Amino acid sequence: MRQLLEGTSHTAIPVLFMAVFLIAAYRKVDVYAAFIEGAKEGFDTAVKIIPYLVGILAAISMVRSTGLIDALSRVLGPVTEPLGIPAEVMPMVLIRPLSGSGANAVLVDIMKSYGPDGYAARLASVISSCAETTFYVLAVYFGSVGITNLRYALVVGILGEAVSVVMSVIVCRLAWG
Amino acid sequence: MSKVFVGLVLLGCCYALGVDLGCVTGLFTDATTCSKGLSGTLTNTLFDAVQTAAELALKLIGVMTLWLGLMKVAEKAGLIELVGRAVEPVMARLFPDIPRGHPAISAMTLNLSANALGIGNAATPLGIKAMQELQKLNPNPAVATDAMCLFLALHATSFTPLPSQTMALRQAAGAADPSDIVGPVALATALTSVVAVIIAKVFAWLSRPPPPPAERGGPG
Repeated sequence: MRQLLEGTSHTAIPVLFMAVFLIAAYRKVDVYAAFIEGAKEGFDTAVKIIPYLVGILAAISMVRSTGLIDALSRVLGPVTEPLGIPAEVMPMVLIRPLSGSGANAVLVDIMKSYGPDGYAARLASVISSCAETTFYVLAVYFGSVGITNLRYALVVGILGEAVSVVMSVIVCRLAWG
Repeated sequence: MSKVFVGLVLLGCCYALGVDLGCVTGLFTDATTCSKGLSGTLTNTLFDAVQTAAELALKLIGVMTLWLGLMKVAEKAGLIELVGRAVEPVMARLFPDIPRGHPAISAMTLNLSANALGIGNAATPLGIKAMQELQKLNPNPAVATDAMCLFLALHATSFTPLPSQTMALRQAAGAADPSDIVGPVALATALTSVVAVIIAKVFAWLSRPPPPPAERGGPG
């Protein structure tokens, strides 16, 4: 099953390029001209989002570097333990919306300390896969089109993040109790 | 967005300064915390972080250029339209504000598919493309639309049948079966997406514009 799934992920790119280019050529599209036209748009957009990207990543680094996440985890751990989130998984819950690479580091750390097949490591793995770097996505996606008033997108993003964690706990309880 | 930005910065700065102050005044005596000096750490990491962010942005220029180039080829070949038509039955229900056949539908679908297939570096370019298409339908360009909020909700909880990155980390850590999380993740993300759609729809309903005064039937 894993080979099949990983195979899908790896072959997706060559299959995609081949299919798109073949069909485009068959339909008499000037493939190179079209590619460059789109690429120019991509380039402009990428340059336009740089300030948003740097701004949000700077703010996130301020929270991450101080060890605030760990301190909060120590405080919240005893509260979340009865709810099915072991204290050692709390750093994952708190860092996941902020940083993908941070979440990966936390996951590696949890697997090293508590074993990759322990409940904590499995729950952390599932949370890491289910949740999303919501703040980064909000900043960059809305930044790219110049929207400043997010209305309820932030609330829905944070609630979505919370639901992801709750759902991960439920599913992990069912799978590995 | 301003609130998030200010909140994160203040949170980090206040905590660092507070802990340092506590150490100086002897309130905290924890050696490992006090030896480092959090304000100094924050300052150093901040400058590293903006540098990393700029590097990330440069890398993003590469993938954005590649993916949007491919997108344009697919668009000219009529493939994007095809994708749009295929998912229309579902998407038209989720996004009633978007006219049928609008490229926003295809762009959102491709973004969510890239997420689902684990093609991480395609997700941001396609997601931004989707936002740009949604923005074309926006009567008030500074304010997010319901469709954008719903898209973000779907994106944040995106259905993930293949958590390839986590599986790779689990394999590296020596897990007995690194793929044992595939089923739970697929189930959890599917359920979460449903809940997220409901939440977004409820917020859309709560924040709907008030009916025109004539229909409201006020006093007198």
